[in-house]
Amino acid sequence: MSANGHETPVSLTIDGQRVTVASGSSVLDACTEAGVATPTLCYSENLTPVNACRVCVVEMEGSRTLVPSCSRQAEPDMVIETDSERVRHSRKTVLELLGSGVDLSQADELGQWVTHYEADVERFGAGRATMEEPIRIQDELYIRDYDRCVLCYKCVEACGDDAQHTFAIAVAGRGFDARIRTEFDTALPDSACVYCGNCVAVCPTNALQFKTEFDLREVDNWRPEEQSVTRTVCSYCGVGCNLELHVQDETIVKVTSPADHSVTDGHLCIKGRFGWTYVHGA
Amino acid sequence: MADLLIGSDQANDTERVAVDGIVEGYGPARVEEHARMVRGGGQRRHERRHLLLPALHALQHSEGWISPGGLNYACEQLQVPPAEAYGVATFYEMFRTDDPGHVDDVVHVCVDGPCQVAGAAQTIEALKAEGKHVHASPCLGQCERPVAQFIQGRRRPDNVEADAFVDPAESVPQKGDPGLRLLRRAGRIDPTSLESYIGAGGYKALAKAFERGASDVVEQVVTSGLMGRGGAAFPTGIKWRGVAAEPGGQADPSQPKYVVVNADESEPGTFKDRVLIETDPFAVIEATTIAGFATGATKGWIYIRGEYPLATERLENAIAEAHKAGFLGDGIARSSFNFEIEVRRGAGAYICGEETALFNSIEGFRGEPRQKPPFPTTNGLFDRPTAINNPETLVNVLDIVLDGGDEFAKIGTETSSGSKLFCLSGAVNKPGVYEVDFGATLGDMLELAGGVVGDLSAVLLGGAAGSFVTADQLDLPLTFEGVRAAEVSLGSGVVMVFNTDADLNAAVVRLAEFFRNESCGQCVPCRVGTQRQHEIAVDLFTPSGNAARVANPAQTFDDLDRVMKDASICGLGHTASTALRSALDLGLLSIGDNEQGGRE
Repeated sequence: MSANGHETPVSLTIDGQRVTVASGSSVLDACTEAGVATPTLCYSENLTPVNACRVCVVEMEGSRTLVPSCSRQAEPDMVIETDSERVRHSRKTVLELLGSGVDLSQADELGQWVTHYEADVERFGAGRATMEEPIRIQDELYIRDYDRCVLCYKCVEACGDDAQHTFAIAVAGRGFDARIRTEFDTALPDSACVYCGNCVAVCPTNALQFKTEFDLREVDNWRPEEQSVTRTVCSYCGVGCNLELHVQDETIVKVTSPADHSVTDGHLCIKGRFGWTYVHGA
Repeated sequence: MADLLIGSDQANDTERVAVDGIVEGYGPARVEEHARMVRGGGQRRHERRHLLLPALHALQHSEGWISPGGLNYACEQLQVPPAEAYGVATFYEMFRTDDPGHVDDVVHVCVDGPCQVAGAAQTIEALKAEGKHVHASPCLGQCERPVAQFIQGRRRPDNVEADAFVDPAESVPQKGDPGLRLLRRAGRIDPTSLESYIGAGGYKALAKAFERGASDVVEQVVTSGLMGRGGAAFPTGIKWRGVAAEPGGQADPSQPKYVVVNADESEPGTFKDRVLIETDPFAVIEATTIAGFATGATKGWIYIRGEYPLATERLENAIAEAHKAGFLGDGIARSSFNFEIEVRRGAGAYICGEETALFNSIEGFRGEPRQKPPFPTTNGLFDRPTAINNPETLVNVLDIVLDGGDEFAKIGTETSSGSKLFCLSGAVNKPGVYEVDFGATLGDMLELAGGVVGDLSAVLLGGAAGSFVTADQLDLPLTFEGVRAAEVSLGSGVVMVFNTDADLNAAVVRLAEFFRNESCGQCVPCRVGTQRQHEIAVDLFTPSGNAARVANPAQTFDDLDRVMKDASICGLGHTASTALRSALDLGLLSIGDNEQGGRE
């Protein structure tokens, strides 16, 4: 930090290209600055990086192992490779491992990276252990389908100290047997859950879904490409949360908030997230 | 308690008393002003969260499991969200969160390494036939006497089937040898008596440390060339220098600095720290106090694995005795140095031997490793500067302080100074902990342990995270430089010997299962990688497997090995494939060597 309190920008090399980013930026930020697309799964701009998924790893000169770009701070004169054989190998194998145990069919963004790195999710042979979890439908607001869960910790972070401070869920168990759980797997309505739906908003694989979306998918009538998104301001109180109403067949099917919105950081409360049925007079 | 929603299940009186005992025993609430969070939020300011692990131990001990009511009560007292406390409780081998339906003790039977070879499976069956409640356990750190057992008592102290431990010569066959340094007091003093320790030269090093002054102690340790004995072999003096340079600590106790003793000895085949602590606990306490003095730390924490009841008892006794004599507390030995030591019991999790996972465990979080940097010397326990060392490493410091770093550096070889404890187990005539000055070869160690029983097949060097070596490597010098040149590792000093009667396929499959069970689950390469590695090992190396299911086994093992080494968060993932790979490379296993299928 310089004498006037402004931090000095950091210059580093990404794939041979010199980039300069603000002090405190991550290597991932620097990659973005360099125009390099990076796969991420557990990273989100409105959550603290937990660097658990390891799909964003890059090669850093001087480091014995690869480093997670999302949580590693950019330092002056770092030399980073994002497309070396080692990086491609790790990203590809991580995607293969994930795909071998979890249903990624609704993880749209991740699916593109599976194709990009030519990951073969079948390579470990048939009949390997998977999450093997029943779908939990315990209320009319959202469902939990942990067969799709990649344990990215995002829902835990959003429920906990990154947004809601409710702490209704945590990771329980260990290793491959780890799962997202309320205490003793208590049903959500009996847990500390306040139904803000912030966990649903950050889930990258659709393991957490609006019940409306789930029901439409069940009858094969979920058509995101035909949905319109209308931005508006929540009418319940004076905070001014921005809402994005996702509408299909002139019916609201889910509500999100922009992650970069100055008021919400993408997070809402139960009213903004789920309290829209009155629009349809129901 | 207002902002926590706690369920309606109520604790019974026993559970309340158990938790109250932990909370009250700790005295006034401790406030960490600078408890800045790695993961954000205000949670770590909850000043009693670090009592969660002791509280869970108390609940498990009182009722044989952690019930919803008991958990709720602990959460209310400690201000921890129940979902998080449940996440912590389900992390550990020694806790259960379902009603066991009985009120008996549980016998943990080791199924790793020498215990597997010695017939753990039959022992388990026999105990079950006697009506005992048995839990198949990873290595219990009693490898010199397979099949190892640990009895988790309900409302009575935990214990080990322990006749052998009455005589330390069972674990320290060199007992009384005048050449011993670290083990010189083992079996020769009363480990429960401070007087006995002082009579054998105890607490001279602390006096000498005060005489030298803190910075000189650090420099002597640097000069000595002492390297960490826990497995990573990091120079101890450099670590201490880093912590000593950080602000706070003795100079400003409102900003604490810590010394942590990593006695979570869980590497399969390792039992040296247990033996050292059981036979000479005051030495560990004195050395920890010196470490605190040298680094300017305000408090020491000893994290000891939950399956070591005798070592825990002896440490706690040693701390109490040292306190009474003024070797701990305020103004130690009439100096201005104030220092306390607290013992924390683990609860069965290999990963908690990883230093940052250990910090999280003490703090009352799941024992998941943190991404480094930052390193413990600046951001350790409670996010404060921390010197974390292995017990064996610390006990070396006593001689370094007394004799000077230069003298210590003369012992051993040029780049491996001092002596080393090795854990000899399996097919040798006299298993036990052996101490030699650095420079001895693998063959020397086998000879020291009375020679191999039967014909040597392979040695697992360094533990589950180490590598297999074979009879043509008996000349291998067991020094840091020697093993580096051979691309193997000393690890925690494990020399696990297999003869030609042992089923190496079964041993390797069990190693793969060990890592699969002990992965914390945080990062994908290790969580799923260890699972797939085990599944494929079962398919290839067990009679019930289906080798044809794996399209290209060699390539698959290679890819798993690479991704776990390159992309895992911590050392567990980095080493989870090492032993299996070495066994394959040495041709100790043949792929597809089972009834169902052959190699494609």
